[in-house]
Amino acid sequence: MLSLRCPYCGVEAEETELAPGGEAHLVRQGPGSSDEDFETYLFLRENPKGVHFERWRHAHGCGKWFHAARCTVTLEVFGTYSAQVSAPPEDILAAIDARRPGWRREGPR
Amino acid sequence: MGMRRYSAFAVAREAARYHQGWARAWDSPAPKAHYDVIVIGAGGHGLATAYYLGKTHGVKNVAVIEKGWLGGGNTGRNTTIIRSNYLQDPSAALYEKARSLYETLSQDLNYNIMFSPRGVIMLAQTEHEVRGWKRTAQANALQGIPTEFIGPRRVKELVPIMNIHGPRYPVLGGLWQARGGTARHDAVAWGLARACSAMGMDIIQNCEVTAIRSEGGQVKGIETTKGAISCGKLAIVVAGHSGVLAEMAGFRLPIESVALQALVSEPIKPCMDVVVMANTVHGYMSQSDKGEMVIGGGADGFNNYTQRGSFQHVEETVRALCETFPIISRLKMLRQWGGIVDMTGDRSPILSKTPLGNCFINCGWGTGGFKAIPGSGWAMAQLVAKGEPGPLAAAFGLERFREGRFIDESVAAGVAH
Ligand SMILES: Cc1cc2nc3c(=O)[nH]c(=O)nc-3n(C[C@H](O)[C@H](O)[C@H](O)COP(=O)(O)OP(=O)(O)OC[C@H]3O[C@@H](n4cnc5c(N)ncnc54)[C@H](O)[C@@H]3O)c2cc1C
Ligand SMILES: [Zn+2]
Repeated sequence: MLSLRCPYCGVEAEETELAPGGEAHLVRQGPGSSDEDFETYLFLRENPKGVHFERWRHAHGCGKWFHAARCTVTLEVFGTYSAQVSAPPEDILAAIDARRPGWRREGPR
Repeated sequence: MGMRRYSAFAVAREAARYHQGWARAWDSPAPKAHYDVIVIGAGGHGLATAYYLGKTHGVKNVAVIEKGWLGGGNTGRNTTIIRSNYLQDPSAALYEKARSLYETLSQDLNYNIMFSPRGVIMLAQTEHEVRGWKRTAQANALQGIPTEFIGPRRVKELVPIMNIHGPRYPVLGGLWQARGGTARHDAVAWGLARACSAMGMDIIQNCEVTAIRSEGGQVKGIETTKGAISCGKLAIVVAGHSGVLAEMAGFRLPIESVALQALVSEPIKPCMDVVVMANTVHGYMSQSDKGEMVIGGGADGFNNYTQRGSFQHVEETVRALCETFPIISRLKMLRQWGGIVDMTGDRSPILSKTPLGNCFINCGWGTGGFKAIPGSGWAMAQLVAKGEPGPLAAAFGLERFREGRFIDESVAAGVAH
């Protein structure tokens, strides 16, 4: 079973205690944005086979949203971090570099 | 390869010579340098695409490239429910085309796919579901697809082992499609593979596509673990790996890959001769010809490429089904497995041209594409052969997400089946 450490209350929470919230760091669109912007924001997803940044909520715990960096192939968790950032912080990226040298892809965005 | 027909006579002939004369059902050739069409993925949808390309459109210089073994993806991992009682017109048309092709697929392929139109009930266990299924029955009537809303007494007649008075999930009725049912999943893949091979197509297993080559916005070929192969047209039909292949082709998809699981019990005597789906509790069950109870549950909510099950899903599914089917509470479960399903935002599939010229994609069948295999292949073959979608595929283009023309099947397909 997947378990993630909630960065707010520090609990090592099991999958059943958490609610998944999909891909992280999506850029929100609003009035005046194009159809393409909305398509990207609402529907297009990285869906990588490998390192994935995602949102989770500690639903049956403190109730707060947070971020996690996880491998979708091995289910290895590289770290969890605050919901208040729009990109993964350096220490998380360093943790991924250490485990997956050369992982950063130039995929389509 | 010339295909020797299977028949009662062939069985007798082979019995007389100790079954020494059966030929391989399909060839395993090395890849050629070029094909008119390459289909990536030898699941049901890829194989059916190739089959109808040859059968309906006369395109036979075709290769189907598979990274593992044919039918080893979701096609060999699903719970084989076949039905066409969807809500929206484009889906009903596509799934009904598939269901009706299934009726004669064994004869078509000269391969017994064990289609069993035993009937499918989708239970209504809340007032909400009662209203939902009544609405679907009305929509199906307009679409010309025979379905019917039935009351709890009729449900109990059809499924005597069901407890319709459960305290948490009483059975208030159900949507009944008498012509839905099941088929043998492996046989669908094997029968299609044999028919493709007999038309001279190459099915190349243990060959992973690692890159897609293009020039001036047109697809030119693929790189594989068995070398480079060029092609006139390319069809990507890889279910859970659609995002990976789309990235190779240089575009993104409105798809997320998640795990969906199923399990089977020890075999027991025949006790249930229809398929039952209970969407409120996320569980569905049928009895296989071997007597095993085949049980499926809900999909995970997080991105995942590991084809594995997880304990809490089994617990969740079985806990809920035990109330409705008390007799299963003492059954031993034999096996549990997972498949990686490709989920779209509107829970409908994608059959589409792509931003790359002459490259087409068929994906997004998510938790419910086994039932669609022949119809999907039929419509995809038309798209690939003509370069434009026909009437069955037209509504399922990628552009629908940008244009807001969703085919919302979250009610019909939101639960896994
Ligand atoms: C547990 C479970 C239960 C289900 N129950 C039902 C049900 O009851 N009814 C129903 O209608 N549907 C059901 N489904 C859904 C159904 O199984 C799928 O929608 C359907 O089988 C998809 O078929 P496919 O041919 O698109 O994909 P697959 O059968 O997955 O085939 C895709 C193939 O592409 C190959 N591939 C991937 N990447 C590459 C590459 N780089 N190079 C070469 N090959 C590659 C894979 O190895 C795979 O064999 C269920 C699914 C699961 C997992
Ligand atoms: Zn918490």
